Amino acid sequence: MSLNEYLILSTILFSIGLLGVIRRKNLLMLFFATEIMLNAVNIGLVAISKFHGDLTGQMFAFFIVAVAASEVAVGLGLLILLYKRKNNINLDSIQSMKG
Amino acid sequence: MQTRDLKKHQQAIRGDDMFEIVAFYLFAFLTIGMFSVTVMTNNVLYALCSLASGMIFISSFFFLLDADFLGVVQIVVYTGAVMALYAFGMMFFDSMAEVKEKVNNPRLAFFLTGMVTLVIVIMFAAPIIGESAQTGLYPIHPEYGNVQDIGLVLFTKYLIPFEIAAVMLLVAMIGGIILAGKKMDTSYSEMSEAEIQEYEAGLETPKDNK
Amino acid sequence: MEKYLYIALFAPLVGSLVAALFAMRPRTLFTGIFTSAMLGVSMIASFILLYHIITTEEIVHVMMMDWISIGNLSIPFGFVADQVSVTMMVVVTLVSTMVHIHSIGYMDHDKSFNRYFSYLSAFVFSMMILVMSDNFAGLFIGWEGVGLCSWLLIGFWYHKEDMPKVKDIKKSPFSTLSPYSSISPGYAANEAFITNRVADLGMLVGIFLIYWNLGTLQYDQVFAEIGTLSRGLIVAIAVFLFIGAMGKSAQFPFNQWLANAMEGPTPVSALIHAATMVTAGVYLVIRANEIFTIVPEVGYFIACLGAAVAMGAAFMALVATNIKKIIAFSTLSQLGYMFVAAGLGAYWVALFHLAMHAFFKSVLFLGAGNVMHATENEINIKNMGGLHKYMKPTSIIMTIASFSLAGIMPLSGYFSKDIILEVAFGSHTYILWGILYITAGLTAFYSFRLVMYVFHGEENFKKFGYHPHETHSYVIASMIPLAVLAIVGGFLSKGTFVEMITKKLPELEIHLSHSTANILIVITLLIASSGIAFAYLWHKKYGTYFSGKMENTFIYKLLANQFYMPHIIDNVLLKPYLAMSKLAWKIDIHVVDNIVDGIAKTVYNTGEKSKVAQNANLSKSLLTMVIGLAFFVVLSAIYGFAK
Repeated sequence: MSLNEYLILSTILFSIGLLGVIRRKNLLMLFFATEIMLNAVNIGLVAISKFHGDLTGQMFAFFIVAVAASEVAVGLGLLILLYKRKNNINLDSIQSMKG
Repeated sequence: MQTRDLKKHQQAIRGDDMFEIVAFYLFAFLTIGMFSVTVMTNNVLYALCSLASGMIFISSFFFLLDADFLGVVQIVVYTGAVMALYAFGMMFFDSMAEVKEKVNNPRLAFFLTGMVTLVIVIMFAAPIIGESAQTGLYPIHPEYGNVQDIGLVLFTKYLIPFEIAAVMLLVAMIGGIILAGKKMDTSYSEMSEAEIQEYEAGLETPKDNK
Repeated sequence: MEKYLYIALFAPLVGSLVAALFAMRPRTLFTGIFTSAMLGVSMIASFILLYHIITTEEIVHVMMMDWISIGNLSIPFGFVADQVSVTMMVVVTLVSTMVHIHSIGYMDHDKSFNRYFSYLSAFVFSMMILVMSDNFAGLFIGWEGVGLCSWLLIGFWYHKEDMPKVKDIKKSPFSTLSPYSSISPGYAANEAFITNRVADLGMLVGIFLIYWNLGTLQYDQVFAEIGTLSRGLIVAIAVFLFIGAMGKSAQFPFNQWLANAMEGPTPVSALIHAATMVTAGVYLVIRANEIFTIVPEVGYFIACLGAAVAMGAAFMALVATNIKKIIAFSTLSQLGYMFVAAGLGAYWVALFHLAMHAFFKSVLFLGAGNVMHATENEINIKNMGGLHKYMKPTSIIMTIASFSLAGIMPLSGYFSKDIILEVAFGSHTYILWGILYITAGLTAFYSFRLVMYVFHGEENFKKFGYHPHETHSYVIASMIPLAVLAIVGGFLSKGTFVEMITKKLPELEIHLSHSTANILIVITLLIASSGIAFAYLWHKKYGTYFSGKMENTFIYKLLANQFYMPHIIDNVLLKPYLAMSKLAWKIDIHVVDNIVDGIAKTVYNTGEKSKVAQNANLSKSLLTMVIGLAFFVVLSAIYGFAK
């Protein structure tokens, strides 16, 4: 295996996540797509770390995991508050800052 | 000097060629499939389940890449904690109401994404010129295992980011509690017994001005 | 000696500034006394300098400070007291002091008493800068300063409304028979200032030409090197400088403002339009005599113009009934005399006549002020009469001054005017002599016409209910030194003056034989006396000069309307200019403003249209982000592969 394949895989996963981000209107599903993107990046980082014999990539991936976890916590909390206010989690319904 | 070490390193890895290639392609297709389901389906439950399985398959990649510690962390944190959080969240919202996924211009979305993918894939398909890379600051020591390696680096060179990440997690936790918690105005530890009983009696009778 | 120069220069400024502190308050006697005292100090310093120069022949030259010093251009603030400037200083300060004291009495009912004295002292300060400066730039500063102060003073009663321009000759502001001098004080002030400004443009061009070709503006350097320029250039410089002089000294075609400036208070006219500002033009020609002597043809043109103005003004004064305008026309006429002298090369004669004229003309104006004060600001001489009984001192002083103006021996006017006639005759310009000769007769006639109408004859003022009374004694006291000088000035000073002044200015080169000179003196005296006698006897017999049927003739109307000059200027210059201004205003609104508004509107509309980018929809924003990402990825791929 060479680095190229891992990177191509990472790219494909990233673009799947990107597609989900653009397409999804349900805020919860939007978060799912964001998670996909984060994981794709993790794969790329660890792959480079392995093929260059360096630990930096793995450290970076480790911290990304930590940040992603806390992001989920806070994001879901905000989502709950939004749901209490509007009773739905449709992205198109939070356009009050238009114009 | 560095180039030769790199090449030898890469040849050492290619020792388990066959097994590795099969494992890679298998897990690759599985992961891509799972994530496609996540992105395309309309059912939240399906999306959640496919996301969880996708996470597990990604950890397999980490094991393939000799990043043992990270693989375990992926399973424990992502699949265990994060997916559980998402599951609770999904149960909280009214998932029966299907959100109409109407994109104004679906073709545009697909086209853009496709183009980006294509271009980057082409870029990455080109042979990577390894000579220009420097040797990293923290080289891998294959003598002792990956966990020890990461531990060494994490607690010496990356100590400060580690501590800051800890603080950040604490803050996120508190933030989550405050955002989602209810009825946190009163503090039981500051009230006497009589006051607590009075308070709870008041909670049971429904308020008139509802 | 330098300190006397500085005292003489800055004392009026101190007086002006102190009076300005009181400007917003009602009349405080202190301002009048203080400013008069300051001017008295300045006058004493000027006299000391005069004595110093007569006795020691040493010129006092100071350089106060460097003003502009950039590269090759160096214009310092320098002041010089040489024979010419000290003469002017003495004349200016003497007349100003007397006018200040007179004004305390004249303006005592005016509510802007303090402001008046501030302006008056500021005017004297500017005039001192003008005559004492040793370079053309300082001259120009003083020039503009006196223009500004005269604007302030002529328009002193600026709140008076504009009078309508009617056709009736007895009421139109363009005629000399009307009850007011001009359309309004504000209008007259603007007219004076703008006319002066237009003429100053010519003077500026002259100064620029001097600087451009000689690199310096100091008098001594300029005059030393002026001979090195080409003849055409010197002619141009002389002509342009004279244009500036024409504006200040009201020569044709810039003469309209002088008669209309009578809208200001009378002491102002005494100071500005008799003794100081209008003589600034003559001073300029005298100071730059070394330029004018090189180009005598320009001088000849100046002399001709001066003679024409002298005659024209005398004609206009014949029929006027506005007391101040009569005296103003006589000033105009005498200025013409001065320019004839200067133009024919007799510069010290012009200076001498300037000094003598200052004395008797200012006292004439001050006396007219007394008369107006007594008859509640009446200015029509036909509504006065028989005031001799009630105002003996004023009447005597004015009669003496009129004798001096007419040139009767041995009063001072005789000494100066006679020399001018001699110069004209001796330069073989007999036509000029003839014009001046006739004008002398006319001058005598109209001066005494005024005296007769005002002080003798029927008491017409009774119809209007005036109760004339003499003014305060200090006012009369202020007029006495001037009157005395009008009597003996020429007699006493001619010898010393000529001796002093010819050290600086060129001597006369006219040599008439003794007998010719005597004959000239005799016939001049003859015509002057006959003018006086005619005025006196005709009035005694008929009581009025121009009977009813004469008033309808064309000549009478022509003269009463000031040769229709104001009408011509109004229709030919002012109305088209106003139309052009209105057109320019329209262009300004429709073109310039629209451009500016258009730019603002464009910016605003762009903002309005771009508001749609702020659509607050997360999906759309993410889509936009991905578009950007795609763009940059493609770009970098192309870049990478192209390398």
